Amino acid sequence: MAEGVGEEKKKFSIWDLPDVPMGQLPPYLELQRSRVSCNKDAPIHIESIQYSGAYASMGIDNSSQLDRFSNNFRVEVVRLNEDDMEFDMIGIDAAIANSFRRILIAELPTMAIEKVLIANITSIIQDKVLAHRLGLVPIRVDPRLFDYLSGLIHFFVDGLSEFMEFTPRALGNSLLLSLSIVKNDQPNEKNTIVFKLHVQCKRDSLRITVKSNALKWLPNGSELVKETRNAASDSSSKPETYTYFGCSQETIPEFVKNPIIPKYPDIIIAKLGPGLEIELEAHAVKGIGKTHAKWSPVATAWYRMLTRIDCNYIEDDLAEELKSKCPVNVFDIEVLGKGRRRETVARPRASTLCRKCIRGDDWEKRVALRRVKDHFIFTIESTGALPPEVLFTEAMKILEDKTRDNRALMMLLIWLVRMREAMDSLLIQGDFLAS
Amino acid sequence: MEHGSFTDNSAATFSLTDEDHTIANAVRFTLNQDPRVTFCGYSIPHPSEARVNIRVQTTGDPAREVLKDACQNLMLMCRHVRSTFDKAVEDFRASNAVKAMKIDSQDSSGDDSEESE
Repeated sequence: MAEGVGEEKKKFSIWDLPDVPMGQLPPYLELQRSRVSCNKDAPIHIESIQYSGAYASMGIDNSSQLDRFSNNFRVEVVRLNEDDMEFDMIGIDAAIANSFRRILIAELPTMAIEKVLIANITSIIQDKVLAHRLGLVPIRVDPRLFDYLSGLIHFFVDGLSEFMEFTPRALGNSLLLSLSIVKNDQPNEKNTIVFKLHVQCKRDSLRITVKSNALKWLPNGSELVKETRNAASDSSSKPETYTYFGCSQETIPEFVKNPIIPKYPDIIIAKLGPGLEIELEAHAVKGIGKTHAKWSPVATAWYRMLTRIDCNYIEDDLAEELKSKCPVNVFDIEVLGKGRRRETVARPRASTLCRKCIRGDDWEKRVALRRVKDHFIFTIESTGALPPEVLFTEAMKILEDKTRDNRALMMLLIWLVRMREAMDSLLIQGDFLAS
Repeated sequence: MEHGSFTDNSAATFSLTDEDHTIANAVRFTLNQDPRVTFCGYSIPHPSEARVNIRVQTTGDPAREVLKDACQNLMLMCRHVRSTFDKAVEDFRASNAVKAMKIDSQDSSGDDSEESE
């Protein structure tokens, strides 16, 4: 049957026919697999077809081996500023892109004010409202230089995953980590930043606005003295404050030239009338966005899929009409010879998918609005603690760490099951020997 | 942690604590890509409790081995994404620096010869 359908003059083999080449899907299935069709009523084919055997009956392997992924994956940076960036990830699936987005928003640690020790507020703003506002002020400091305060859960998980590897180094590490749990139980220079706010409005002056540049960094720790019950003890030594700084934070090399200040100096915190005063101390600690949104390092992070518009052979008057329809000027007219004009898609990235181009009679048949399922345009807006490219790298590290912890747990499970099977077989042998 | 039959290793439900959609969806994606898997899915029994149940059914291999390999693949994917991203940022910065230099030299020489990418 594989012989060519041969005439004497024109011999051709059936394999020369323009059919579906082996190993590839027919075009309409490829469209379903890789594009979201955004129709007038609703988008279809939105689910990404992940199952490795989805096209098994056609003999096509849908599984993405790691080397195929590595070859096809690309990143292109479009815009990179100090505070925000936009880049394209091509060849990745929505599940992983969404994981990165979730980690960027909720699981990257930052420093934010958590405890506010109030000495005196005569302003009309309530204590709790002022404390809440102080918590939301972003602080320009690299959170990787600090530890969690009494981070029992975090240290335990890290230690446990290393412990799973069952090496002496891992056991030693887990012991060290358990020691550091004890050390980090109290606010010291490794896990707390202390700010002071003392503003007074004189009796005869106008109202003043307290802005975030009024927060002064105290590198030596808290200055408020704790009240001790026994007045007899420690009357000569240093009075106990609310933090236990071993050394000044100014000695840490990263802070020598850049003091820790709020990122934006003009955030309004409170307003004071004449004769009113605010005196307080604020302690900032490390946390993640899951606990409270003040610890989220991004203003926001989002992604969208690239739009691909197919408008074939729209000419002359229809072309003019389509070009004028689009509110963001996606289309352009290309002049062919003999006075004919044809429509081209000039700026597909600018498309907001407003669907104006497919509204009206028959336009849906001429213009196909689709989204590419594996091309993600990521935008990250940082609040200032870390630059956005560092944020994304840290997010990937966190996903890697989470999977490593899970894998370590799986390896422990496999080991335990093997131990149990070995014990069972020993018992059976023992019974056999005994009998 | 693993709920399955003692005799049949190829199907099991793994219950992970302190996890949510972030890791469960990513692991489910890599599990799907493995040709040994016939069925995989995840569910969150209650949204207030941070617990994820991942169900894996395979064509004969023990389910925990398949899950371990899926986690391994996900880790390698993350590493590859990270290195590609770092390189892309470096390239972007380098090309921007070249562009800035070109603009400076354009003012002085007044001749635009190459096009930077």
